[in-house]
Amino acid sequence: MRKLAAQGPVPPAREGATDPVGRGLPQDSAWRHVAGTAVYVDDMPTYPNQLHVATGRATVARGRLTRLDLSRVRSAPGVVDVVCAADIPGNGDIAPVFDGDPLLADGELLYLGQPVFAVAATSFEAAQQAVTLAEIDCEPLEAIVALTAAVESEYYVLPPHEFCLREPEAALLAAPLSLGGELHMAGQEHFYLEGQVATAEPTEEGGVHVYSSSQHPSEVQKLVAGVLGLPIHAVQAEVRRMGGGFGGKESQAAMPACLAALFAVRTRRPVRHRLPRRDDMVQTGKRHPFWNRYRAGFDEQGRLHGVTMRLAGDCGCSPDLSQGIVDRAMFHADNAYNLQAARIQGVYCRTDKVSNTAFRGFGGPQGLITAEAMLDDVARRVGRDPLDVRLDNLYAEGDLTPYGQPIEESVLPDLMRQLADDCDYRARREAIARFNGENNDVRRGLALTPVKFGISFTAKHLNQAGALVHIYTDGSIHLNHGGTEMGQGLHTKVAQVVARALGVRFERILVSATRTDKVPNTSPTAASSGADMNGMAALNACNRIKRGLVAFAAEHFGCDEGEVVFADDRVGAGGDSLPFEAFIKLAYLARVSLSANGFYRTPVIDFDRDAAWGRPFYYFANGAACSQVRVSALTGEYRVERVDILHDVGDSLNPAIDLGQIEGGFVQGLGWLTTEELAWDDTGRLVSDSPANYKIPTAFDLPEAFNVRLFDRANHAETIYRSKAVGEPPLMLAVSSWCALRDACASFCDYRFNPRLDPPATPERVYWAIEEARAGGDR
Amino acid sequence: MQLTVNGVPIDATGSAPSQTLLRFLRTRAGLPGTKEGCASGDCGACTVLLAGPGEAPRAVNSCITLLGSVAGETVVTVEGLAGSEGPGRHPVQAAMVDCHGSQCGFCTPGFVMSLAGLYAADGRGDDAIREAIAGNLCRCTGYRPILEAGRRMYDYPPAPVVPECGALAAGLNHSGALPAGYHRPRDEAALQRLLREYPKAWLVAGGTDAVLELTQRYAAPDPVLDLSAVAELCTIDDGTDALRLGAAVPYSRLEQLFATLSPPLVAMLERLGSRQIRNRGTLGGNLANGSPIADMPPVLLAWDATVELAGADGGRRSIPVAAFHRGYRDTVLAPGEYVAAVTIPRAALARPHRIFKLSKRFEDDISTVLLAVSMEREGERLGAARVAYGGMAATPLRAAAVEEILTGATLDDATIERACAAATAVFTPIDDVRASAAYRRAMAAALLRRALRELREGVDLDIDAVEALHA
Ligand SMILES: Cc1cc2nc3c(=O)[nH]c(=O)nc-3n(C[C@@H](O)[C@@H](O)[C@H](O)COP(=O)(O)OP(=O)(O)OC[C@H]3O[C@@H](n4cnc5c(N)ncnc54)[C@H](O)[C@@H]3O)c2cc1C
Ligand code: FES
Ligand code: FES
Repeated sequence: MRKLAAQGPVPPAREGATDPVGRGLPQDSAWRHVAGTAVYVDDMPTYPNQLHVATGRATVARGRLTRLDLSRVRSAPGVVDVVCAADIPGNGDIAPVFDGDPLLADGELLYLGQPVFAVAATSFEAAQQAVTLAEIDCEPLEAIVALTAAVESEYYVLPPHEFCLREPEAALLAAPLSLGGELHMAGQEHFYLEGQVATAEPTEEGGVHVYSSSQHPSEVQKLVAGVLGLPIHAVQAEVRRMGGGFGGKESQAAMPACLAALFAVRTRRPVRHRLPRRDDMVQTGKRHPFWNRYRAGFDEQGRLHGVTMRLAGDCGCSPDLSQGIVDRAMFHADNAYNLQAARIQGVYCRTDKVSNTAFRGFGGPQGLITAEAMLDDVARRVGRDPLDVRLDNLYAEGDLTPYGQPIEESVLPDLMRQLADDCDYRARREAIARFNGENNDVRRGLALTPVKFGISFTAKHLNQAGALVHIYTDGSIHLNHGGTEMGQGLHTKVAQVVARALGVRFERILVSATRTDKVPNTSPTAASSGADMNGMAALNACNRIKRGLVAFAAEHFGCDEGEVVFADDRVGAGGDSLPFEAFIKLAYLARVSLSANGFYRTPVIDFDRDAAWGRPFYYFANGAACSQVRVSALTGEYRVERVDILHDVGDSLNPAIDLGQIEGGFVQGLGWLTTEELAWDDTGRLVSDSPANYKIPTAFDLPEAFNVRLFDRANHAETIYRSKAVGEPPLMLAVSSWCALRDACASFCDYRFNPRLDPPATPERVYWAIEEARAGGDR
Repeated sequence: MQLTVNGVPIDATGSAPSQTLLRFLRTRAGLPGTKEGCASGDCGACTVLLAGPGEAPRAVNSCITLLGSVAGETVVTVEGLAGSEGPGRHPVQAAMVDCHGSQCGFCTPGFVMSLAGLYAADGRGDDAIREAIAGNLCRCTGYRPILEAGRRMYDYPPAPVVPECGALAAGLNHSGALPAGYHRPRDEAALQRLLREYPKAWLVAGGTDAVLELTQRYAAPDPVLDLSAVAELCTIDDGTDALRLGAAVPYSRLEQLFATLSPPLVAMLERLGSRQIRNRGTLGGNLANGSPIADMPPVLLAWDATVELAGADGGRRSIPVAAFHRGYRDTVLAPGEYVAAVTIPRAALARPHRIFKLSKRFEDDISTVLLAVSMEREGERLGAARVAYGGMAATPLRAAAVEEILTGATLDDATIERACAAATAVFTPIDDVRASAAYRRAMAAALLRRALRELREGVDLDIDAVEALHA
């Protein structure tokens, strides 16, 4: 492997009394969370002249704005300012990659609920009441709302794309057996508990300071500057924390930030824009629904010979981040399996709905579940236990993915076998067969499925990070880095890295809000890369400070630089050492720099999108889950009885935080696949527009028995202290529960086939699947 | 008007009658620890504890609680939760930290308060913990560590939940001045006087439905007439022939009342909204809002209950529940009239019955279909049968055709199948966000089949009644 460009080799893991790496330290804000003193954007005090924003919305899914009369809005109580697209001084398009996301509709209407104008008023309620007074006339045009219609009419936001490995069509023809299938899967609302919000304060230079609940402060900064027609340096964005993000605040946080900033500059008053939950659900993008088709050729053992797939993503009304998302679905359509020969086609469909966006997994889950559905179908066809078919098709080292990346490290064969043993898969499979043979009202299902998830942004330039470390004269340490904290414990992990790098107590380190004027040009905290990249950047900063400190220590202790040790909160050489703070004080007096920035870029990745070939990922994160469910044949109700997870996080930086990511990710995935049902009517109106009719899991929905363990193996790639990314991959462990539900339904046709069970598998859909299986004779 | 917040008396005069407790706390009281996640009672981020003088604290959703309705009460927010080590060191808080119960932390104050409510009631065991937090959503943790914190909170040095607050609240004038335009009468005479004075007043009881008009559609009603403190409406009359339930009795009191009278009702109530909703929502509100998916009307229909209506002029009338709903969200309530009480005959209560609630999500979800069945048995034959559904039509409805088949019949397989076929045939439900019409019809039959088989065979066909798997 090539040497990392921007820093020295990673020091080996070191066991020590003060070494915090690998310890399950609580989140840095844990006490403030439980005491209610952690400050979120809307908790910041308001000024006496504070203004609040609300938006007026389009009433048709697609059409043209023919009249906009805002006179009654302007004269409503409390209203101070009103803007529409024409009032934007700079660029009104706040799209992240390709064009197409107007801040306010500019004549053309793209979806029902799209912001058409905005008001700033003296209270939240006054603003919301005022927008209802607008007179908006829209000329409706024929709208395409359903994904199937978009596919059929080739209504796209971007041209289709494909990966091809060997000669799949020929392999399919030559294979002893073949089958085809399809899966329609719904999207998912992020339902971060804290809705989108931003506050903007005018600065004396004519710019703004924006406090945003954003995973991507640099993007907020850039887009606000663009909207205002200002240079980027006139705008600063700051993010202390988010009340959840999950991808939903990667590009979508820009809208409230830009509107608040626009009003702040116009009125020279502080302005807050907080989306009430319904607006948030209507006006911000969600996980992409997909309509996926597959054909597999295989032998009597269920070994794949070749596969073709078409993955059609519902991107909504604009590209937003959809290119990367559908691409990532394609990158994960193989999941962990050697398809031998494959054609994976991606289709980037347009529908006249809010533009869909990043959501934990970024398209990966929608690709991965397709592979799992296909493997289950193959297993039914050849009459083998799906686990055996899965094991037989796993990648081995040296195999090629459909996009040309060779498998360097094959963890899953060991990991899945270990999990199957630990959770008594075989014995339970038999017990379930017996149980199902004796019961008709309630049946059980079981499935063990893997996750292999590629780590790196597929947009190569995003794989860079920065950090800033200061040591003050009392030995306290200030850490800042480009990543944002949304609950994933990133600040804690990066502080652990710094504590180890400087050999100091964890408590010395304080992590402050992410700010664009401290670490510039940052990438979004996304793609599970936060700790990998910012941890490395922070380590680089520490190493740069240490360079000066080591030279000074060698001089001070009269030894070679190589003998200087930073450990146990002391700095020393040979037998001699000083407490860290005493050493720092001396270093300061000796005029040694106690501050440095750090930088990191991920090595070795190199993917040519046009050629659809190369190495997009630095490494893969792995895991597997075994789910056992029971279903009621009377009603389709079900319970997830037991879930066992074995997940690969390399050498964990913080096992408690990693466990939290795994459990939380699993339950979020379970919600996507079970009760979270987005619904739109034919006119393009989102019907599931509140938590009253969009149901994320509650505490009751978590598995009755839930055993999660970390797979103990260091990352083969040179990541920060050999850990692995953990943010997104665990979400896909929940696919095992969906497969188990399908397994239970298939028991009603003696496992001859899998009935259709499109995600989310609501009780209603499980009921229909059971009905289909029962009627299975005519299939 | 005065209320105490975290033990400190706070003056809230000058607030609008439509001011919610949450908005007041976060803005005027300067206590932003309590969060808004939805403003519709669904997420629990806004949970606070509320206690009248001498009352045990109860968890409520401050987002849909009107400020005027807590006049003279003590409110405890996350900032005021105290333990042996002072503010911010309640055992719940310590357990949440030690169990890694927060990630983004935005839901955390709400969970802390729900668990603090459980702690105050000394509620123990996983079922009690789950029940206490069913109305709190967390998108990050997957709940396992929060459940763990609920178990472990008793391992810490004990703490009063509301130190000194009870004493302070007792010293307050319980009927202190209210926001102008907010009226909270203490008896029916005063209520009727106000109804005459303000014929257009906006009526609210628990507010769990009505206040959504304010928080979701930004209505600003004035004046507001709050029924929740009317003594007669809060009375339960446990008579020998009948049970008379005041309209403003909240669900949480019904849960206690029916603990022995009707386990099937209690099991259903545990899934009606959440603990916070049941601490505020009332029986009267469940009827008066006229909803076809309200959970109590089918039960009341199956029990031959009557509704007592009273008017501004003091007039009263009693009608069967079956005559109360007129159409979709439309009832026979005349202007100036209110629901005073519901009466359930003891004899009806004593009949074998089943109540099944079906929803997309098990907890805190509106019913897709709700079935209430009650029947007399006369030897081998059935006596009178009552079969009532919610979610199948524009109003809660008895299925007369099904009842006809069952009444006087022997409960054999053929009867069950005929009854189920009739249940599917008589309704023309709608497709909506919760389910398709086809599923609702299938479930009308499936739930009935389950009820009849259970009543006949004495079995429990619940999905949770199944034995654990022994490998
Ligand atoms: C999160 C959530 C979950 C819920 N879940 C469920 C559920 O599972 N099942 C269910 O059935 N319901 C559910 N509800 C609805 C719940 O609001 C009602 O069940 C509740 O009973 C309403 O009572 P209330 O006292 O809060 O009514 P309010 O909100 O105070 O009033 C509702 C309406 O009735 C009128 N009203 C109230 N009392 C009287 C009276 N005595 N006389 C005349 N008019 C009156 C009011 O003017 C208003 O129009 C839920 C609500 C929420 C917010
Ligand atoms: S804010 Fe969600 S329940 Fe009150
Ligand atoms: S910790 Fe983020 S929602 Fe619960």
